[in-house]
Amino acid sequence: MKMMKTLIGAIFAIASTFALSEYTLNMTEGVTSVSQNIYGLHMTIFWIVTAIGIVVFGAMAYSIYHHRQSKGAKAAHFHESTTVELLWTAIPIVILIVMAIPATKVLIDLENTDNAEMTLKITGHQWKWQYDYIENDTFGVPKEGITMMSNLAQSSRDAIKASTQPEHYLLDVDNRVVLPVDTRIRFLMTSNDVIHNWWVPAFGVKQDGNPGYINDAWAKIEQEGTYRGQCAELCGKDHGYMPIVVDVVSKEKYKAWVSEQKAAAAAAAASASKTWSKDELMAKGEQVYNANCAGCHQKDGKGMPPVFPAMVGSSIANGPAADHVNLVLHGKGAMPAFKMLGDADLAAVITYERQGFGNTGTVVQPSDVKSGR
Amino acid sequence: MATDTIAAHDDHHHGPEKGLLRWVKTTNHKDIGSLYLWFSFMMLLVGGAFAMVIRAELFMPGIQVVDPHFFNSMTTMHGLIMVFGAIMPAFVGLGNWLIPMMVGAPDMALPRMNNWSFWILPFAGAILLSTFFMEGGAPAFGWTFYAPLSTTFAPDSTDFFIFAVHLLGFSSIMGAINIIATVLNMRAPDMKLMDMPLFVWTWLITSFLLIGAMPVLAGAVTMMLTDRNFGTSFFDAAGGGDPVMFQHIFWFFGHPEVYIMILPAFGVISHIIPTFARKPLFGYSSMVYATAAIAFLSYIVWAHHMFLTGMPVAGQLYFMYATMLIAVPTGVKVFNWVATMWKGSMTFETPMLWALSFVFLFTIGGFSGLMLGIVPADIQYHDTYFVVAHFHYVLVTGALWSIIAAVFYWFPKWTGKMYNESLAKIHFWWSIISVNILFFPQHFLGLAGMPRRIPDYNLQFADFNMISSIGAFMFGASFILFTYIIIDGIRNGKPAKARPWESAKGLEWTLGSPAEYHSFDKAPSRKAIEQESQHTSVA
Repeated sequence: MKMMKTLIGAIFAIASTFALSEYTLNMTEGVTSVSQNIYGLHMTIFWIVTAIGIVVFGAMAYSIYHHRQSKGAKAAHFHESTTVELLWTAIPIVILIVMAIPATKVLIDLENTDNAEMTLKITGHQWKWQYDYIENDTFGVPKEGITMMSNLAQSSRDAIKASTQPEHYLLDVDNRVVLPVDTRIRFLMTSNDVIHNWWVPAFGVKQDGNPGYINDAWAKIEQEGTYRGQCAELCGKDHGYMPIVVDVVSKEKYKAWVSEQKAAAAAAAASASKTWSKDELMAKGEQVYNANCAGCHQKDGKGMPPVFPAMVGSSIANGPAADHVNLVLHGKGAMPAFKMLGDADLAAVITYERQGFGNTGTVVQPSDVKSGR
Repeated sequence: MATDTIAAHDDHHHGPEKGLLRWVKTTNHKDIGSLYLWFSFMMLLVGGAFAMVIRAELFMPGIQVVDPHFFNSMTTMHGLIMVFGAIMPAFVGLGNWLIPMMVGAPDMALPRMNNWSFWILPFAGAILLSTFFMEGGAPAFGWTFYAPLSTTFAPDSTDFFIFAVHLLGFSSIMGAINIIATVLNMRAPDMKLMDMPLFVWTWLITSFLLIGAMPVLAGAVTMMLTDRNFGTSFFDAAGGGDPVMFQHIFWFFGHPEVYIMILPAFGVISHIIPTFARKPLFGYSSMVYATAAIAFLSYIVWAHHMFLTGMPVAGQLYFMYATMLIAVPTGVKVFNWVATMWKGSMTFETPMLWALSFVFLFTIGGFSGLMLGIVPADIQYHDTYFVVAHFHYVLVTGALWSIIAAVFYWFPKWTGKMYNESLAKIHFWWSIISVNILFFPQHFLGLAGMPRRIPDYNLQFADFNMISSIGAFMFGASFILFTYIIIDGIRNGKPAKARPWESAKGLEWTLGSPAEYHSFDKAPSRKAIEQESQHTSVA
């Protein structure tokens, strides 16, 4: 029935075509000078090829209409003309030069990442983003920086197999990136496993994160607001499920956010050194599991055999804790490494895997994870 | 006249062997051409079925049909099967059938190798498809198999994929050697290189691309193999390697590969348009030079697929300028085709309809290609549906279109029968409408920001995806009609004349319909060659 409704909807959509505002037909102009330059360039080339298209297809259409046998056309016999052939080699070259000049200018500008006022390091993981705010005196980012993991929001995860999806389906995260407006920001991209690509269309920033190497890009965002993007390089099973959400705020709000993060980091450090009760670990573990593990091993722990093994009755979850910690920390084959998560989070999720799903493994404390690193 | 020769040398002649073994043992260029064409058609249906799964999953937001891992396997195998199983073997099949007839030769120069290069293919295809039944599933890293997703993080079946790619490479290289040897050594003594029809020229140049590019692919997969199994670190930064180097090697093969799939198409179109415009091909020699120029440029533009990998500005500028240059010889070709139509006396039989729509739709793909070549703009286009739309316009409405055009154009020569023209026209209009419903909205999706290779998407992309899927199902169904037209034509078609298209030029039309089992045992005379040449006037 839903199929039928959407089908009828699609037919209406075709009928009333492009008058509807929710259809995006063109590239976004974006909110940075880079994205606006790209948009300008895109439109320039678009109009140039449209003009060429009109000439070429016009000639073709004219010929198809007039030079047809059914209209009594007699075939001419010419089959070469040096002048014409030289002309239509030379003219395209001129057009290409006209296109290359602005393209070169924009390219040189967008590749220049000097004079940045702050730096954000972005690390791709299968399938989440890690953001490291590098030490910055202007905004009060401490020497050890601020680290944050950003996963697909639970609301989107829950809607994958549902019949309706929320507005920001697959473009929503648990922890948003926060950036100051009107600040020249340098982005450093890298990866922990396979190649990822951090893309926010409104910034005109899209750059591969290669494991073992660092790339860069820059943006000076001119408008406060929320901007969304996605991973743009196939990175495995959940490539479609690692969105990017950036909140661009005033410099003052950004500074306030930085101090909040500092306080939160101190609290997390304290919690990692204490001994947790089993209930605390299980509650925390469920959250971490659903955000990081359920994509493959499933919320109910049944996995997707033969590709992704089940948690239920797993020999690892019921075996020695050290092996389990080692596997989660360092990964194996298709299983990514999770060493970027904190000790408390890892202890919680490992405990949840060992005690949940009917398993009978031992409880793991943050100190066990620490010694397993 | 070839018929006279056959009568005179009856003792040398034998028809095909009886029974199924004929097809296993055959060294005849026509038999092998048919095998290639049927094989590629079956692969087209398999790859097409995968595309249907992809479009079914993308019909609406959410996951309904397949899980994301299997979806990735589908996109991977769709690409691999279409490129290596459908388009490339189809062109080799066309080359096998047509090149000996077009150059006045009795057969291919290396007939036994010809048999072998075909019979490798079904095994390679079977190995590739068998990965679906292996633990860990089929390869799911895209047809471009970027490391380290295809090395450290890939399923075990990847080693079978590597073996299959090696076999496909052997087959292609042997096919290319055979075509070069045939064109250069078996050509009628009175036929100069600049007398050769364009299909022969484009295939000759393509063969050199194959010989240059396929070993590079073999190198890439071999390095993958040793990275996966023998502890090397070509593409692993942790061991001193570089994942970006994989992309350089892959695209050093991959870009010539793109032209391997389109140059013979240019050749086909250069035969069909003059025939139905009743006018000689405009600018024969510039067509040859443009083909050679495109082939040369194809080796020096590979990194335009990699503008986001973190290349230095100088590198990006060089690859952008070199890429833009390709527009010049490609433009020359399009202009020549239009000039061939100009002041012609056109009729619109099925092959002509496919050829004309090729010129139109391939040029649209060329325009988006030019846009993609502009580095800053490519930042926003890269890895989105805009790219998907672009390469389907050049590969489906480009390469595949020319293959379908060729099948209709030379069908009477191959089978001695005519296909059903009115059904074929219905099929044409059905295809061209559905293929545009399928691929045109993907431009909008890409510009709006939908990445490629994702199984699920935000609601803002829902409408165009649904339209695209509807087009896909319609286009998929068109192949049922296509199959019927071909089988019906072979079984019930009316007998065809030796030259079924009145103004068709080329030595193949001097043979009977169907063409004799051995094409020319006496080389055609200079006079015949001149009469059938593409660059002399019809009058």
